[in-house]
Amino acid sequence: MTNLEKYINAFAEGLDIKPEQTAGLEYQAIPEWDSVGHMNLIASIEDTFDIMMDTDDIIDLSSFEKGKEILKKYDIEI
Amino acid sequence: MIWDLKKYSDNTAVITENGENITYSRFFEMTQKLAIQVGRRCLVMCFCKNEMGSLLGYISFLNNNIVPIMVSNELEQSAVYRLLDVYRPDFLWVPDDKISAYGFETVYSDAGYSLLKTGNCGVYALYDELALLLTTSGSTGSPKFVRQSYKNIIANTNSIVEYLELDETERAITTLPMNYTYGLSIINTHLYAGAAVILTEKTIMQREFWQQFKENKATSFGGVPYIYEMLDKLRFFGMDLPYLRTMTQAGGKLSPELHKKFAEYAQKNGRHFVVMYGQTEATARMAYLPHEKALEKYGSMGIAIPGGKFYLIDVNGNEITEPEVTGELVYEGENVTLGYAVCGEDLCKGDEWHGRNVTGDMAKRDKDGFYYITGRKKRFLKIFGSRVNLDETERMVKAAFPETDCACGGVDDKMFVFVTAENHEAGIKKFLSEKMSLNPSAFEIKHIEKIPRSESGKVLYKELDKYYG
Repeated sequence: MTNLEKYINAFAEGLDIKPEQTAGLEYQAIPEWDSVGHMNLIASIEDTFDIMMDTDDIIDLSSFEKGKEILKKYDIEI
Repeated sequence: MIWDLKKYSDNTAVITENGENITYSRFFEMTQKLAIQVGRRCLVMCFCKNEMGSLLGYISFLNNNIVPIMVSNELEQSAVYRLLDVYRPDFLWVPDDKISAYGFETVYSDAGYSLLKTGNCGVYALYDELALLLTTSGSTGSPKFVRQSYKNIIANTNSIVEYLELDETERAITTLPMNYTYGLSIINTHLYAGAAVILTEKTIMQREFWQQFKENKATSFGGVPYIYEMLDKLRFFGMDLPYLRTMTQAGGKLSPELHKKFAEYAQKNGRHFVVMYGQTEATARMAYLPHEKALEKYGSMGIAIPGGKFYLIDVNGNEITEPEVTGELVYEGENVTLGYAVCGEDLCKGDEWHGRNVTGDMAKRDKDGFYYITGRKKRFLKIFGSRVNLDETERMVKAAFPETDCACGGVDDKMFVFVTAENHEAGIKKFLSEKMSLNPSAFEIKHIEKIPRSESGKVLYKELDKYYG
């Protein structure tokens, strides 16, 4: 599986949505991505890539695209 | 009048999301102007958000003998109509973007909110002491409200101010909705003490929240268990928050591990972590664990608040006197509310509970007199701080999906919905999360062959325990 596929799956699983729904998604754009969903999403991304994210990165991860950028800091190229 | 706003004239009462500071004297004027427009004691439905307009309505109405019925601004329009039908309020106090939704005449606007005249005029008589109507169930739209009196609010506010030692130098930031008793009690107490309330609609998972927190030098916040789980996830313990003094927790039992973790953090960093316990039926708070005991007694919800009293009763209603024995928790105090209302006719009812609240929670007391919640007598769960009734959920599922049998159980923050029809998992999950405005992760829909029942047809919930331990 490519990193992009892993990332999409982590998003879909974390937010309990379909993989097709992830592209272009933003915080609070759907009911699933509220603060509770965000906590699950972060856990899912951390598990998938075996990383621990910093506070700043957790609160900055406000969209599907933004998450890709943030993961670069953890040496994960998507 | 509950709050003497004029007393703290030049103090800041409110700091809004865009950084505006509103003094007590200006706030007082705003509340008076609004109350004059209402002009009489009557029922007003208040649509709650953590914004200036919402706060203005609440304080103005309560301080001027007008009775607010507090609902979430997120409530579905159909649910709002049902409540309007049941309670027939004289006015609605709504955010400006909702004006057109209801087609009522706008009679006054301030701070982004508007007063809409419904055309009703005192349809239901209001009991003299009735101050406020609050729901126990978040945003499900249930018509059941708790009737709180002026005396209830004053008594509870006084004791919270006393045990949290609140004074004019406090600045609390909002993390909970204003239609929720715990969120409201933070506002009540801070405005009573002449302190400031920092209003934000942002969540702790957003950068803007922490910016507001730091720029306005917030000294305290409150949180239900899932907020503390998020804070832990957020690596809260490494955050630089030099002005933070107090963190309070209520709205369900925090895991003992997290209780300990936050108590240790507080002790190390010279802060106070105060676990509390309460119910809307007791205005807001009934118990608190004094901060100096937070670590020693982690897992405990503490002792009765000043002016209140606890005891435990056995199945026959007799008081349990020995320590470490589980019984149903009973509370007595002036903050025990008047009773419930389920329809407009109930608003003229007087005090039905006479200062005694049989909580429905099972608890034990240790030898030092500290209480520990051990379980719950009634069939409900706390999901993200709000009560969700399990039997009601079963009825909702069966009504919407007649092809399935259904039984609900689970643990706080995770409801298990057992269904017998196949391939309905996604649909039922979506239905429940929308109806209750709760994140879908709160529901685990499980297909099983058959709901276990006794010969008389009663669901054997014990047999479902194995699915969630």
